Amino acid sequence: METFLFYIFAALTLLCGLLVVANPLSRNPVNSAMFLVLTIASLAGLFVLLHAFFLAAVQLLVYAGAVMVLFLFVIMLLDLKEEERRKIKWLGLAAGLVSVAAIVLIGARSIYASQPTGVASAPGVEGGTVPLGKLLFTAYLLPFEIVSVLLLVAMVGVVLLSKKELK
Amino acid sequence: MTIGLEHYLVVSLLLFSLGLLGVVARRNLLVIYMSLELMLNAANLALVAFSRFNGHLDGQVMVFFIITVAAAEVALGLALIVALYRKHRSAHVEDLATLKL
Repeated sequence: METFLFYIFAALTLLCGLLVVANPLSRNPVNSAMFLVLTIASLAGLFVLLHAFFLAAVQLLVYAGAVMVLFLFVIMLLDLKEEERRKIKWLGLAAGLVSVAAIVLIGARSIYASQPTGVASAPGVEGGTVPLGKLLFTAYLLPFEIVSVLLLVAMVGVVLLSKKELK
Repeated sequence: MTIGLEHYLVVSLLLFSLGLLGVVARRNLLVIYMSLELMLNAANLALVAFSRFNGHLDGQVMVFFIITVAAAEVALGLALIVALYRKHRSAHVEDLATLKL
């Protein structure tokens, strides 16, 4: 059952990821954003299969909820009608494909060469709220506080950037 | 056959390469930004898989931080894109060839 679910979620993730990048039917950014939501949701499914329950919930809430709403707001704020008329540059596309294929080759060879020996049910780490929260408020307390400062700085920066006149 | 670490790593690698392809090949600034999110998510998947199969929770804490920083980064990046769009009336990378705003 778990194997079956893994293949379903993995296929869904990769298919929707492909449709984010290269949708043959439409080059509208709204479609890309919708497929990105699907990709993120199926990644949350993979997180559940990895017993990272808290992260799956955070992934759905923060990414599929907050971040994608922000994306959709900006896409609809900018009127991107003229984007669909541009022609594809085949030479640049071919060069990009070749370089990405080279990187995939390097990654695949490194995965193949390292021969990971993990067994599916060996250690049994449960990523529930309680163990993750304990770790977050003991060993990772300082990074946690720094991240809160970072969020504040980002918020101030966004407010400053969004003002009508940059000074 | 059971699902091992390498299965998750292969999915992560393919997702990362899709994101990289989007950054290289697409020329709409917003789609490039979404492809960056794909690459971040691929890294997250690899970290969670490592955490599961090595028996440490630290990888998941790292993913938690990555998600937080990515949210801040998305907000800032989109604010920058909107500011650029106000100046140049375009979100296409070939129209944004100057360093000055």
